[in-house]
Amino acid sequence: MENFINIFITAVFIENLALAFFLGMCTFLAISKNVKTAIGLGIAVIVIEAITIPANQLIYSLLLKKGAMSWANGFVSVDTVNFASVDLSFLSFISYIGVIAAMVQILEMALDKFFPPLYNALGIFLPLITVNCAILGGSLFMQEKNYNFPESVVYGLGCGVGWALAIAALAGIREKLKYSDVPPPLRGLGITFITVGLMALAFMSFGGIQL
Amino acid sequence: MKALRDVLDKVHPLFAKGGILEVAYPMYEALDTFLYTPGEVAKGTTHVRDGIDLKRMMITVVMALIPVTLFGMWNVGYQANTAIEKMEEAGIDHVGDWHYTIYNAIGFANDPTDITANLILGAIFFIPIYAVCMFVGGHIELVFSVLRGHEINEGFLVTGLLFPLTLPASIPLWQVALGIAFGVIVAKEVFGGTGRNFLNVALTSRAFLYFAYAGQISGDKVWTAVDGFSGATALGQMANAVAEDGDANAAVDSLQTVGYVWGETGAITWMSSFIGTIQGCVGETSALFCIVGALILIATGIGSWKIMAGVIGGVVGTTLVMNAATALSPELLTSNPMFGVPFWWHLVIGGLAFGLVFMATDPVSASMTDKGKWFYGALIGFMTVLIRVVNPAFPEGIMLAILFGNVFAPLIDYFVVQANVRSRMKRYAKT
Repeated sequence: MENFINIFITAVFIENLALAFFLGMCTFLAISKNVKTAIGLGIAVIVIEAITIPANQLIYSLLLKKGAMSWANGFVSVDTVNFASVDLSFLSFISYIGVIAAMVQILEMALDKFFPPLYNALGIFLPLITVNCAILGGSLFMQEKNYNFPESVVYGLGCGVGWALAIAALAGIREKLKYSDVPPPLRGLGITFITVGLMALAFMSFGGIQL
Repeated sequence: MKALRDVLDKVHPLFAKGGILEVAYPMYEALDTFLYTPGEVAKGTTHVRDGIDLKRMMITVVMALIPVTLFGMWNVGYQANTAIEKMEEAGIDHVGDWHYTIYNAIGFANDPTDITANLILGAIFFIPIYAVCMFVGGHIELVFSVLRGHEINEGFLVTGLLFPLTLPASIPLWQVALGIAFGVIVAKEVFGGTGRNFLNVALTSRAFLYFAYAGQISGDKVWTAVDGFSGATALGQMANAVAEDGDANAAVDSLQTVGYVWGETGAITWMSSFIGTIQGCVGETSALFCIVGALILIATGIGSWKIMAGVIGGVVGTTLVMNAATALSPELLTSNPMFGVPFWWHLVIGGLAFGLVFMATDPVSASMTDKGKWFYGALIGFMTVLIRVVNPAFPEGIMLAILFGNVFAPLIDYFVVQANVRSRMKRYAKT
């Protein structure tokens, strides 16, 4: 139990995908103009992370990892093939992307059907979650940290919640910054980058915590 | 005084719109409003209830800071003189830098019992830091106000005094300049100046220095302005004790037994941390004088008592939960004795009192809504204790906790406003 809490807290705060690793910046900066949409996107990312990371964990541990295919030995009677020596981990990128793309398509259809306003607000950025590095990054960190299936579920949830929290906070700040008088050359993306940098400074309070 | 007013009025056309010195209007305006109350009156059907403006607000904060500043200067001198005395007792020669050259040249000896001498030595350390800060920050503010056409605000007087108070007295002056420049430009001016930033400017400057030059702003060599003397702050000592022993000794015991490196007499008691005769940043050591400042701020309505109460509530609540956790599993106390520190210690050591009175209540970066202020304060209190206790990398927590609170303040406001909207809609639907 303690282990799961640690993984969750680490993913949400200490290794926050947006503010510690700066992953998923394109959507992070583009969809953070108002809090409502930002929370919608945050929830979408939580759902996608929580589904794709465990799914990719299964694919990695049952198909791709070296020796993962050894379960197939029982089905083949030919002695010339030894599945235990098969190492397909070079396929991890393409299979993760495939899984993520499929999941995003399903989520998109579900949103279109059940929450049309959110679907319209997210616009092009919903399909773009497919190539959002925060999503792929989550899966790759999962592989690097060798999480088992239950751990990957918690980790996926934590990654999503951390990213959603960060984008909601950024959207809150940007709504407040509407009243700011930013120098013309910095308006728009420029000031948002500075804002994100300052937020990351505040999030450094978690750097160094060992769980 | 009349003559001065006349001169100002006489040159006014030069600076007004269309005058030859139009670009320099912010400078004229700043000097004018600094010397005299602005003469503008409300036009139309406005009804003025109170003449409070940014100027009076900021000056009130500066006045609330004066007791802390004076005590801080005295304490810097007291700590340095005590350390030198102990070094001489131990037979070590003290080689002072230029601060001590000035100090000895004006005829003072290193005597910690002499209040004036302590104050003078502290001033010799503090005034240059303050001057550099005001000079660099003030000029940046001036350039921006001329280029962007906004007024020079008294807001900088507060930032420029808060920032030096959060620094150790031995900090190199070029770092002071760098820190305040970063804070004023990146945390304030790019957002359009006073009132439009979202992070506390002084704290952003300090956090920048903290991460960029950790060697001069943390550790145990920097707190007393004497070369070769090492003594950690209260929180630093606790963290060290935790790292070295790791046994069941409560962290507070380490303060009372370890004391200073040079002798037992300097051991930290609760009372000395409350009054502030301990090592630390210039302004942060004294909880007592922070309370004086807090009373001024609350009485004048400048600082929000809700935020202060929220922070204290957050600290007390979190500490009680942690203490209860140690009662349930005693091995927690063995692995990290910081869990056992009671809340009355947390409230007086480190920069907590200073931060909660002067930094967390910054009306620009805090939550705006009344309910939001409670949540905002509680979040800061919670984060402070959390960082102090579970994060071994940073012994001090309040600085980063307030920045963290600043980041989430707009979101807290958003939810408070939305909740209000919902409840009103419900009420409206009923009738």
